[in-house]
Amino acid sequence: MMNRILHSTEGRLAVITLAVFVTMSMLVPDRFLSSANLTSMAFQFPEFAILALAVAVAMLTGGIDLSVVGAANLSAVVAALFMGHFAGEGTGTGILLVAVALSLCVGLVTGLLNGVLVATFGLPPILATLGTGLIYTGLAIAMTGGSAVMGLPPAVAWVGNGTLVGIPVPLVIFAVLAAALGWILKRTAFGLKTRMFGANPLAARYAAMDTDRVLLKVYALCGVLSAIAGMIVMSRANSAKADYGSSYLLLAVLIAVLGGVNPYGGYGRIVGVVLAVLSMQFLSSGLNLLQVTNFAREMIWGVLLIAVMLINLVTFKGKT
Amino acid sequence: MKSIDWKRNEVLVFAVIVAFCVLAAISDPNFLSIPTLTDLMRNSIVLGIFAVGAMVVLVSGGIDVSFTAVAAFAMYATTVLLRDMAPDMPWPLAFAIATLIGAVLGAINGVLIAFCGLPTLIVTLGTLSVFRGFLLTFVGTLQISNLPPGMRDFSRWMMIRGTNSDGSFYSLPWAFAALVIIVVATWFILNRTMLGRAVYAIGGAPESARRIGINVQKTQFFIYVFVGALAGLAGIIHASMARISNPFDLVGLELAVIAAVVLGGARLTGGVGTLTGTLLGVALIVLVRNSLIVIGIPSTWQSVAIGILILVGTGLPAWQAKRAEARET
Repeated sequence: MMNRILHSTEGRLAVITLAVFVTMSMLVPDRFLSSANLTSMAFQFPEFAILALAVAVAMLTGGIDLSVVGAANLSAVVAALFMGHFAGEGTGTGILLVAVALSLCVGLVTGLLNGVLVATFGLPPILATLGTGLIYTGLAIAMTGGSAVMGLPPAVAWVGNGTLVGIPVPLVIFAVLAAALGWILKRTAFGLKTRMFGANPLAARYAAMDTDRVLLKVYALCGVLSAIAGMIVMSRANSAKADYGSSYLLLAVLIAVLGGVNPYGGYGRIVGVVLAVLSMQFLSSGLNLLQVTNFAREMIWGVLLIAVMLINLVTFKGKT
Repeated sequence: MKSIDWKRNEVLVFAVIVAFCVLAAISDPNFLSIPTLTDLMRNSIVLGIFAVGAMVVLVSGGIDVSFTAVAAFAMYATTVLLRDMAPDMPWPLAFAIATLIGAVLGAINGVLIAFCGLPTLIVTLGTLSVFRGFLLTFVGTLQISNLPPGMRDFSRWMMIRGTNSDGSFYSLPWAFAALVIIVVATWFILNRTMLGRAVYAIGGAPESARRIGINVQKTQFFIYVFVGALAGLAGIIHASMARISNPFDLVGLELAVIAAVVLGGARLTGGVGTLTGTLLGVALIVLVRNSLIVIGIPSTWQSVAIGILILVGTGLPAWQAKRAEARET
């Protein structure tokens, strides 16, 4: 039984997550397990966790999306500017819904652009999304002059700070997205095609799969997920800015890889990504309570990423 | 004129540079002057050394995003070492130390990539944060503006110095010679040695390279050590020229460098890339970063401009390749 758990990537990850949780609970028992800390963790992780879902989906096809943070900030900035123009203190939910729709549309467009570049023009995903990431960030800078857009309607704060039947709203959003994505990837034809394409693009084409269409959908999905993450960031910061969350890109890639998604495509499960998110959040909160600096945390993330890659390598080799 | 191949990236980039200069000269007649040229050259030194390293990695079929962290590490660690242990050390020795530190950090990438076979992007993303985190946690976070005398001497050492007719000063430091030497040395390695041909071979087709007897692992290991060493040198030159050693500097520049290399025609898939293209790419990126305002585009549009250049510069060849492939099948 134990052997079987340790032989699957997700099983190992569950053990790691549990180990991190137990270690942190023992190191700082009173504060780590306090309800204040647990709640604050639940508010913190969804924003980068959603970006990690986006990166994971792109990785399933053997690509990567480096533009997620740029797309998230651009859609947040567009929504914030829109609300700044049309919403006053006592505006109704109508304007807010339009703003949400607008930012989702921006996310969709950014994703479609990535998809067109990768699928139609055949650019390597790294370069395409590197370039578009610069463009999205650049557009957000050009629209705001580089400063933060503030003065959002008070209702905006609910998305990032409110609770729904006692559960933090960002956590609810993340849970819904993760469950939906898990279902899409496992149960729909699109999910199957995505994984098949990642496993072997040439075979997928010979199997008469419309590969361009699959790629386009995958990157569009990444764009929309980025926009959702962008709105949570905007709500939590109560403002939108072109360079919010710039460290999230590395973190998102890290989580996807940690979650067992194969960077060459073909394999990856949402369960893994969720477990990876949890272990990262436990680690990062725990280190924070232990008063470890941000820089040391960055170092530990990097070490963790490489360590996990090495462990996976050893076990993959053991299998074949 | 028939011999110009418009499909080559070098030609396209050169044409864009010329167009940029013509536009700039129209809107500001002072643009075409010696100070502009020396500014351009001075700003190309560090970016250029980085780009040469990044190109070698791309040619071999990999990608390295950690070199800026390597450079910052080597730069700051060397400055601290000099300040605390040997303030009177002459600059060549200090440069050698920084290069060595860079090479050691590069060797870490090399081991993970060449001998463990991990994907290059993920490894270097990881080491980027490891090197940076280690530097800021254990070496220091305070910038050092009082550089050791050896480094200060180097920064005052000018190749060209003069006054323009309108009274503005211009100068070109000897650091530029470092870029020239590195370009020549890299050209020699890539084009005149077996090692260099092996770099192109493993980038073009790793399996074929292995079958004709190239030691792929050793070659890859060399590449990452070489890039690390170049980054270390670029870092110490950066600090000497800026006359300040700031551990927060340089990181964040990696995308601009990779953009320059890719614009110059190096392919991410490996096997293709030239030094001429790389240098032209660097020149274009430096122009965009420093002089966009001259042709009437506000500098807030800078990263949009660079992003578009990357997409067009890499998209055209990729699309042509795709169409050619579609015609064949």
